[in-house]
Amino acid sequence: MIGNALIIGLAFAYLGLLFGVAYWADRRADQGRSVIAHPTIYALSLAVYCTAWTFYGSVGRAAASGLDFLTIYLGPTLMALLWGSLLVKMVRVSKAERITSIADFIGSRYGKSQVLGGLVTVIAVVGVVPYIALQLKAIAWSFQILHHYPEVRMPGDGDQPLWGDTAFVIALLLAAFTILFGTRQLDASERHEGLVAAIAVESLVKLVAFLVAGVYITYRLLNLEGVAPPPSLPPLSPDIPPLLDWLAISGLAALAVMLLPRQFQVAVVENGDVRHVRRAIWLFPLYLFLINLFVLPIAVAGLVVFPDGDVDADTFMLTLPIAFEQPWLALLVFVGGLSAATGMVIVETIALSTMVSNDLILPLLLRRARGRSPPADLGRRLLAIRRGAIVAILLLGYLYYRFAGEAYALVSIGLISFVAVAQFAPAVIGGLYWRGGTREGALAGLSAGFLVWVYTLLLPSFAKSAWLPVAFMESGPGGLDLLAPLALFGVVGWNEITHGLFWSLTANIVAFVAVSALREPNAVEAAQARLFVDVERRAALKRATLWRGSAEVAELRALAERFLGVERTQAAFGRFAQARGIADPAALPADGETVDFAETLLSGAVGGASARVMVASVTDEEAIGLDEVLSILDEASQIRAYSRELERKSLALEAATAELREANRRLTELDRMKDDFMSSVTHELRTPLASIRAFSEILHDDPDLPLEQRRRFLGILVSETERLSRLVSQVLDLAKIESGHVDWRTEVVSLQAVIDQALAATGRLVAERGIEVRQDVPAAPALVWADRDRLVQVLVNLLSNAAKFAPPAAGRVGIRLVAAGPGWRLCVSDNGPGIPEADRGLVFEKFRQSASGGKPLGTGLGLPISRQIVEHLGGRLWVAGGTGKGATLCFELPAHRPAQAERGSDYDQTHPDHR
Amino acid sequence: MTKRILIIDDEPNIVISLEFLMTREGHEVRVAGDGEAGLAEARRCRPDLIVLDVMMPKLDGFAVLEALRADPDLAATPVLMLTAKGREAERRKGLELGAEAYMPKPFSTRDLVRKIAELLARDA
Amino acid sequence: MPHTRLLHKRLLAVFLAALLLLFSPLVLPLEGAGRWFGIPVLFIYLFAVWGGVIAAAAWVLSRLGD
Repeated sequence: MIGNALIIGLAFAYLGLLFGVAYWADRRADQGRSVIAHPTIYALSLAVYCTAWTFYGSVGRAAASGLDFLTIYLGPTLMALLWGSLLVKMVRVSKAERITSIADFIGSRYGKSQVLGGLVTVIAVVGVVPYIALQLKAIAWSFQILHHYPEVRMPGDGDQPLWGDTAFVIALLLAAFTILFGTRQLDASERHEGLVAAIAVESLVKLVAFLVAGVYITYRLLNLEGVAPPPSLPPLSPDIPPLLDWLAISGLAALAVMLLPRQFQVAVVENGDVRHVRRAIWLFPLYLFLINLFVLPIAVAGLVVFPDGDVDADTFMLTLPIAFEQPWLALLVFVGGLSAATGMVIVETIALSTMVSNDLILPLLLRRARGRSPPADLGRRLLAIRRGAIVAILLLGYLYYRFAGEAYALVSIGLISFVAVAQFAPAVIGGLYWRGGTREGALAGLSAGFLVWVYTLLLPSFAKSAWLPVAFMESGPGGLDLLAPLALFGVVGWNEITHGLFWSLTANIVAFVAVSALREPNAVEAAQARLFVDVERRAALKRATLWRGSAEVAELRALAERFLGVERTQAAFGRFAQARGIADPAALPADGETVDFAETLLSGAVGGASARVMVASVTDEEAIGLDEVLSILDEASQIRAYSRELERKSLALEAATAELREANRRLTELDRMKDDFMSSVTHELRTPLASIRAFSEILHDDPDLPLEQRRRFLGILVSETERLSRLVSQVLDLAKIESGHVDWRTEVVSLQAVIDQALAATGRLVAERGIEVRQDVPAAPALVWADRDRLVQVLVNLLSNAAKFAPPAAGRVGIRLVAAGPGWRLCVSDNGPGIPEADRGLVFEKFRQSASGGKPLGTGLGLPISRQIVEHLGGRLWVAGGTGKGATLCFELPAHRPAQAERGSDYDQTHPDHR
Repeated sequence: MTKRILIIDDEPNIVISLEFLMTREGHEVRVAGDGEAGLAEARRCRPDLIVLDVMMPKLDGFAVLEALRADPDLAATPVLMLTAKGREAERRKGLELGAEAYMPKPFSTRDLVRKIAELLARDA
Repeated sequence: MPHTRLLHKRLLAVFLAALLLLFSPLVLPLEGAGRWFGIPVLFIYLFAVWGGVIAAAAWVLSRLGD
């Protein structure tokens, strides 16, 4: 026998511990040393998902139907993998908009609609209150079962007097606890640090209790005496439900884990740092994994120990330790179940009470005020409303428990509640990624989904509890089979949850999309849509730019003070002013930014929709048309991108223009040079041609010319023809060199050999003109890396030039080869008239010849070609100094040394013309 | 009827052919190898006609022509321009500066002889 | 940002793998697959995949910032 005093004392001690933890965490938060600012605490707080339904109910479901309990945890595991983007986005939006609840979230998203927020609140309350009742029942049951220790006896019907009813007492206790920690201040968007700390502790307690019980019961199961060995006996169904149900219910749980009011509360509203979400992505599923690890062994043990079926499988967690006569383990399980139930009830109640006060009652009060400034004591009244709502919700839960009792309506309520909150999914998820949703669309979707939910799930659960005629379920109203609630439109064979989920979500989504498609979002909706959908790019978007009108800062402050108190309002306005670079908050301009700040500040206390109405009552806002809003939004989000793009483009354009201008200049220059060259070539070709034609005609027309004259003219013809062909080949040569189409055959060449070859080639000219050639050449071979034939061509050119300019008969030409630094220098000099200083650069231009020698003797291309060759071989060619004493032309080439053989190959590679 | 003709050209072979042609027609021929020398010779010998090349060292044909036209004694002397640059722009330039005729190289000896006869006849 | 995008991609890959391993007809043959040390193979399979998914997610996050 465990005494009532012990059980009650333990329960109180446990609640007292939670109270202490919460108090301590709140104190720490007030001192600015938060204990919950840790990702692990965040993940643990999410485990408020695991209620008494998990703690006791999983074993019951496993015993009854095998593995289908896993859907409730596998779905959220998969959903958590997507939190990195989805939940993070929800948290960002909610932080920016100071969202207080899921009703506020949906209302704000669709143009700060009060009606929508109210509808969400109604759905949440109707859907979730039975779920709270389930928790109260679990606590009451566990209390009663423990009370009968060591006897295993199921609790009887609730026939105790009201004040002896444990559930009622528990409901009141929890209401008190919730009020103490949930409504310390009005700003619901501010985190309840103490509450979160307490929830995290509760999550640890229930996990530890479950694991300890699991290990012990499994141990006992494996060592059971007097029964057949375990391998042959698990009487569990080893199957999973049909694949469709398996998938549908998992998907349902995946939605519920984000959309249940308490989950939204801990995951979004209480989130202190969006980065904490990342750890929850794996830590929260790990928690679910651990708390489910021993469900199957416990279920098996229960079926083995209580084979008669007179013990409810939902109570195995508690009745097995009793059967094993382990009072302390039974007490530990009791505390674990208590923590699972209280955690859920407290957070759910806070979330619902915030919704009821901000989205249901406050709008009604404001409607009564009709545009007048809200009453001065509204802030305090609102807090009272919230506390009243907590008590009311818990009493509703209690009443539901009292009347549903053992009925089906209570047992199956968990999943039915899930389907109710799943109705929020299209509006929430659609609202985060689709800009087109409208207020009417969301209203229509939620209403349609909710009505189908009532029809296909809630009413049948009433019918099964015998509150409605069963015939209604089977044949539909008026005997219309097609409208049978459990087989809508003739769909049979599905699990009723799958059936209800399918039809309700289908109706919801169709209505949402279809009604949204009726019209474009209006100005406010479009603005809110951008803020939600584009929250990641928020920096570029400011709602403030969408506000136009007149306002008084003092009035805004007075409004905020009513809800937040003078002190906090002053602090908030001070920070805001500071952020805008204004020392005195009173000097704040009454512009869009300030109004937006006040509205957002107020949103944290009363929700977005009500805040908008209240701010509107003290300001005078001009209506802005949709087109204008859209254009401002478009500008805001695109103008920066455009201007940056434009700037970049204009810079690029400028650069391109300059480049083009330069290219054009070079082209023009090249074109002019080409024209000049062509003109020169034409001139040079026409000159010999003119002589050839003239003498040909003379010879043709005058057959009687004296032989002497005829021979002279023929000689001219021959030399002019030679000149012409030489010119043509040189022009081609030059063109080839300049365009890089020359086949350079580079090799190691001795300059002495080149000199010998060039002298041999010019020997006749030199001899004809009676010119003396002097050589000053070292004996050791002067090696260079070059194309031998081209080098000979250069030297022949220099020698024949020298021979031409040297005076006939007394002409002298000198060849001098010397080492010059790292290379060889070869100079050819003559004793002709020399090249005047001014002409020394010109001789290397095409068709330019030094005029000092009278009519030039060459084509005017020899030196330009020579220079090109020498430069290509890595050397230089120039006119050496010295005037009056003849001309000296020199070239230098890098010396080739045998040790540097590789340099030659390098050279090949770096000069692409070596083809 | 013997006329005095001045040939100003820097191409020796052209000069030889022109000299032969003019002499064969019975004219007295003077020769100058560049623009400066040609201008000086013209002032000295007062030719009846000048055959003038364009591309020459020191002073080109156009400059010589301008100088001739500026000189009252020589302003009326007919000038036949010969050039290896056959561009239309240069032809027009020569005619604008006051050349009586303009022939591109290579020229037809028959046309040249006829043209010279024509110019000399017009002058007479 | 590209860091975050890579994280999202990897988590999405884990998500799709989990979807395939847990919710596709792949699990059906295991329903009648008998027992292993007295425990139905399906139980072991589901818990093993579940644990594997959590480990994979934890690994991805430990590599790309927790």
